Amino acid sequence: MRITQGTFSFLPDLTDEEIGLQVAYALRQGWALAVEYTDDPHPRNAYWEMWGNPMFDLADPAAVVHELRECRKVFPRHYIKINAFDSTRGFESVRLSFIVNRPPEEPGFELLRTEAQGRVQRYALRAYATDHPVGRRY
Amino acid sequence: MSTTVATSTPQAATATPARKRYDPGVLKYREMGYWAPDYAPADTDILALFRITPQQGVDPEEAAAAVAGESSTATWTVVWTDRLTACEQYRAKAYRVDPVPGTGPGTDTPQQYFAWIAYDLDLFEEGSVANLTASIIGNVFSFKPLRAARLEDMRFPVAYVKTFRGPPTGIVVERERLDKFGRPLLGATTKPKLGLSGKNYGRVVYEALKGGLDFVKDDENINSQPFMHWRDRFLYCMEGVNRASAETGEVKGHYLNITAGTMENMYQRAEFARELGSVIVMVDLVAGWTAIQSISNWCRDNDMLLHMHRAGHGTYTRQKNHGVSFRVIAKWLRLAGVDHLHAGTAVGKLEGDPNTVQGYYNVCRETRNAVDLQRGIFFEQDWGGLRKVMPVASGGIHAGQMHQLVDLFGDDCVLQFGGGTIGHPHGIQAGATANRVALEAIVKARNEGRDIAGEGPQILQAAARWCTPLQAALETWKDVTFDYASTDTPDFVPTPTTA
Repeated sequence: MRITQGTFSFLPDLTDEEIGLQVAYALRQGWALAVEYTDDPHPRNAYWEMWGNPMFDLADPAAVVHELRECRKVFPRHYIKINAFDSTRGFESVRLSFIVNRPPEEPGFELLRTEAQGRVQRYALRAYATDHPVGRRY
Repeated sequence: MSTTVATSTPQAATATPARKRYDPGVLKYREMGYWAPDYAPADTDILALFRITPQQGVDPEEAAAAVAGESSTATWTVVWTDRLTACEQYRAKAYRVDPVPGTGPGTDTPQQYFAWIAYDLDLFEEGSVANLTASIIGNVFSFKPLRAARLEDMRFPVAYVKTFRGPPTGIVVERERLDKFGRPLLGATTKPKLGLSGKNYGRVVYEALKGGLDFVKDDENINSQPFMHWRDRFLYCMEGVNRASAETGEVKGHYLNITAGTMENMYQRAEFARELGSVIVMVDLVAGWTAIQSISNWCRDNDMLLHMHRAGHGTYTRQKNHGVSFRVIAKWLRLAGVDHLHAGTAVGKLEGDPNTVQGYYNVCRETRNAVDLQRGIFFEQDWGGLRKVMPVASGGIHAGQMHQLVDLFGDDCVLQFGGGTIGHPHGIQAGATANRVALEAIVKARNEGRDIAGEGPQILQAAARWCTPLQAALETWKDVTFDYASTDTPDFVPTPTTA
C-alpha cells in the first residue's frame, strides 16, 4: 500500500526540483521550513523526529533541499516530510506538509478490533512495521 | 399602526420636550427618539444594517426609526413607564439612511434604503444568540409600514464577542488533529440521501474514503427513519471510516448527523458517536440556536468537530429584498460555535454570486473583517480571538471545476463532491481518487507559481494523462455548469480611490 498522508501523496513522487519549487512557495509566504523523519507512520504519531530545528529566515530553497538530501543519506528507508510553519496570528501552525521520501515497501496497517457490547467495535490501527524496534523497521 | 405613517420628510431628528413626548397617544417613531442622525455609534454598540422598502408614503427616516424602535424598546403608542427607565440609553438609534443604488424610479425595484441602527450593549444578554435574534429579527420583519426588510450585516463589539465561546475546535486545531495541511479538505455526501440500509450506506462511506476523500457526510434529513435507524448508521459508518484509515494511513471521518427531535436524543447520539471513536458530528441549522449552542458546548468538552449543515436557510437568505443575509447567519453561527459551515460554491448548483460567497468565507475565516462592500461586508468586525470556522463548498461541483474552486476559496475549506464522487462511471473509489488527484495537481501547480485560473483545464488534463479516473471524470462532467444569474448580489457604489 501507499500511505497517503501529506499534501501531495496522490501525485507521483516529487523530484528534488519540484520539492525546491514547493519550498520556494513556502519561503515566499514567509514560512519556516523543517525536515522530519520517522519509521512509525501511524496517523496519530504527531511527533516525527526533527532533522535539526526549523529553518527560519531562509532566502534560498536550496538550503532545504540540501538538508533533505543529508537526511536521506542517513535515513534512506524512512518516511521523510517537509513542513512549512506559519507564525502569523490566527495560524501559528503548519501550513504545508508533504512526504519527500518513503520506504521501498510499505506493508501498511492492521485494523485491530475488540468486540464490545451491542455490536460496538473498538478499533485500533497497528503499523505492521512497528513489530520491529525503532531503526529496524523498513 | 397606520396612524404613525409620516407624510412630511424633515431630515433632522425632531427633539420633543419631555412633557409633550409622554402625552398619551401616538407619536412618530422619529419623534420618540429612534431617529438620531447626529448619533456617533460607540465602540461598544452592536450595529445592524437593514435594507428596507417603506410602504408608499412612509418616509425613509420614519421607516428606519420604526425598525430601531420595534427591534428595541418601542411599542405603537406612548407609554409613561418609559419614564421609570434610562429609556434614552435603551432605545436603538437609527443614525443613517442611504438610498440603495439600482432601486427606485427608473428601475424594476421599488425604492429601497439602507438603514443603519445602533444598539446599546446592555440590550442583550451575554452569550445568547437566541436573545440577540429575538431582538434584532423578532418583530420588525412583520411590521406593516415596511413592505419588506432584510438584515444585511451586523457588527459586534469585542466585549460582546467575548461572551461567546465560538467554534469548539476551529480550523487550525482541526488540521492538527486530522494531520492534513496545505490543501482544502475533500468530502462527499452519501447518495441517495434517503432509503439506503445501514450496511449499504456504510459501503459508500468506505469506498469514498479509501479512494481519497477525507470526509463523508450524512445529509441534512438523514436521522432515524424506518429504512435505517441511527445506531445502525453510526456502526456501519464507523466500520467504513476505520477500514479506510487502515488502508490509507490517514485520519478519516464521517459527519454523523445527530440532529433529533429533542436535546436528550441529540446528546444520546453524540455520546454514541464519541464512544465509536468518530472525530466529527453534525447538526442541522433547523435544530435552532439554543440547541446549536448546547451541542457546541458538548463538542468542546469531548474534542469533537461540529459540522453545521445550513438546512432551511434559503427560505430567508435568498431574496434580496426580504429576510436575513447569509453573512449575518454566518456571524451568528461563528458566535454560537460551529467548526464547519456550508457557505456556498459560487460555481455549483446552488445560489451564490462569487463575491458575495467570498464575503461569507471571510466572515468564517478571518480574525478581523475589514469593510469590503464588493463582498457585501459593511462593517469592520474584530473577532477577538474567536476560532475560525471552516467553510464548506457543497452542491453540484465536480473535478473539472477544481481550479476555479481553489482560486476562489483558497486552502481553508472543505470541497464536497457528492454526485461528483458517487456518480463516477468507474465507481465511488475512482470518483474519490479523481477529486483528490485533481485537487493535489491544482494546489501543486498554484504553489509552483502557475496561473490556475487561466491554465486550470490544461493542468487537469495533464494529470488525467496518468490518472484514468480523473480522465473519466473530466469527460463525464465536461459540459456541466450552472450558469444562472444570482438573486443575491451586493449593491454598492464603488468609491473612487485617490490615485
